Amino acid sequence: MRALCWNGPRNVNVERVPDPILINPRDAIIKVTSTAICGSDLHLYNNFIPGLKPGDILGHEFMGEVVEVGRGVPNLKAGHRVVIPFAIACGQCYYCKHDLWSLCDNSNTAEGSAILDSAYGAAGGGLFGYSHLYGGYAGGQAEYVRVPFADVGPVRVLEGLTDEQVLFLTDIFPTGYQAAENCNIKPGDTVAVWGCGPVGLFAIASAYLLGAGQVFAIDRIPERLQKAESACRAIPINYEKEDAIAVLKDKTGGRGPDSVIDAVGMEAHATGLPGFYDRGKQAVRIETDRPHALRAAIQACRKGGTVSIPGVYGGIIDTFNIGAAFAKGLTFKMGQTHVHRYIQPLMERIQRGDIDPSFVITHIWPLDDAPQAYRTFKARANGAIKFVLKPESRTPPETAAITDRTGAFN
Amino acid sequence: MNQANGMYYQPRRSDTSPENFNASPNINISQPERNLSLLGAAGTIAAGLRRRDPLGVLLVALGSYLGYRGLTGHCYVSEARGVNTAKREPGKQVSVPHQQGIRVDKSITINRSADDLYAFWRNLTNLPRVMYHLESVTMLDGNRSHWVTKAPAGLKVEWDAEIINDVPGERIGWRSLEGASVPNAGAVIFRRAPQEQGTELQISLKYDPPGGAIGAAVARLFGEDPALQIQEDLFRFRQLIEAGEIASTAGQSSGRAKNADLREQAATDPNNQVNQTWGV
Repeated sequence: MRALCWNGPRNVNVERVPDPILINPRDAIIKVTSTAICGSDLHLYNNFIPGLKPGDILGHEFMGEVVEVGRGVPNLKAGHRVVIPFAIACGQCYYCKHDLWSLCDNSNTAEGSAILDSAYGAAGGGLFGYSHLYGGYAGGQAEYVRVPFADVGPVRVLEGLTDEQVLFLTDIFPTGYQAAENCNIKPGDTVAVWGCGPVGLFAIASAYLLGAGQVFAIDRIPERLQKAESACRAIPINYEKEDAIAVLKDKTGGRGPDSVIDAVGMEAHATGLPGFYDRGKQAVRIETDRPHALRAAIQACRKGGTVSIPGVYGGIIDTFNIGAAFAKGLTFKMGQTHVHRYIQPLMERIQRGDIDPSFVITHIWPLDDAPQAYRTFKARANGAIKFVLKPESRTPPETAAITDRTGAFN
Repeated sequence: MNQANGMYYQPRRSDTSPENFNASPNINISQPERNLSLLGAAGTIAAGLRRRDPLGVLLVALGSYLGYRGLTGHCYVSEARGVNTAKREPGKQVSVPHQQGIRVDKSITINRSADDLYAFWRNLTNLPRVMYHLESVTMLDGNRSHWVTKAPAGLKVEWDAEIINDVPGERIGWRSLEGASVPNAGAVIFRRAPQEQGTELQISLKYDPPGGAIGAAVARLFGEDPALQIQEDLFRFRQLIEAGEIASTAGQSSGRAKNADLREQAATDPNNQVNQTWGV
């Protein structure tokens, strides 16, 4: 089959590799119909996450058709159309039983778990296409993919829904939704979202679904801010043009937003001296992550508010104003998304017409052009926000039918 | 000392020969080595005092340490290396003498009853399923077993062991029998975890790698870090018990094996679990 292989920093290629096979009884093999490039794939592409091996297949947002199941997967049959959570979960351990699926005890390999256990004190579950620290599972930017614990993860697509509508249930929609849910939003609350990438956009839309009165969107890329405003009804703030924290304070009667979401994570951009400071430290590996968005979130949030972090962090940060967080009595909520918790209820909301996630798509590429898609996505060129890859497609992206939807809610 | 673990060296009356009587727990170097240390201390300190430079200071410091080593019979370096040259006649009951060998302690919580976990572990032939450095364990009789480890370069390390402490649903203690090339002893304890979280399993084991070629092979066997090896074994044990299979990517697609026939490989791969029925 054809698959997108990581061969080194900023070096990915579509290669012919052997078709996947069943390895464990609870495995299924899925023929991928649609897959997407995630912002967190860029952390891998840019080599900020350790533990990849040349030849690893990337991709953790994918859906498709079941072609083969092991004897431990009684609920699926060949031909079923399914979406697959990016976090792999066994369904049997303490964490799965407590609805904390991404913390699964048993889905990461023993080797990956042992490394994370010594680095972090405990190991998270396995992830598709996300380094051997998380199991080294081959990802879904390919024609076929092996899905472990397929009796628990994949969810069958409801009647009448297109790939583009349900594909993002695999990661970014639940991730944005969990981020908003973690804000404990009360009707009429003000929420500020740092980062208007796909997760930020879904966080904005989800905040409104959960009853927020107004949502501010902070970014520096005009296309993204425009999308946040036009598609998700957010109030845009370009932090390169104005002081985002001051604007937020000004627009909330001096209080600050009730909750703030950091949908940026470890590769944040910053203006001025702090930007150079963190880039330098990250380059020499004194600091692994650049936490500008997180610092701003802490500063902006009102007293007693919540800082919710869906953006990915991998290691050590500094200049972290714990004093401000303490003085203001902030609550922090964070972590990988418990995708399994959200797929079914959110799919039903899509079917009811509460939201249409396809608004986020800007380009649809054939899988064969994935390396070019990565380069374009990294450069944020051509208005790039969300790229979908189609293994079957041979149509160049320029002429691909880009979704005509403009809004999340219309 | 937790005698119930069944793995610790307990001094017994027959061991109180003059030689051993002298051996307080802190002494880990032999009498001739202590004498040499004292001699070396005198020379080094004298040489150091004659120099009036930083090297002199270093020599005095080194001499002082040698003096400490000679006077007390304790060496931190030897301790860190796990070396003990203090003469000792261990009793026949002891597999890994007190103060010798490498000790590993690990704990894990598994969402299953202590009785089930005990039953899996008590059938020692199950262990190679989760302990990847083991090739096989065969029972010789109810308590005695024969262990074979996977060794590189065709080297095999084998030994006989016996269960010396067996409380159903609570604990199993074992140790290697005389003649083992890698003397070892250990115990697993099963304790009910709070709040219906299943069972806390605690493993303690000690092994005494000999020198020479076998020692090197054994070092490789147990990996750079035996604690890491045991940690991985426990993770696999939990996976097998809770999820019914061991998380694996062995034989998956990648750009590293371009022309491999994965199906053909899987047919002979002992770690491919698709058609295995373990019925844990």
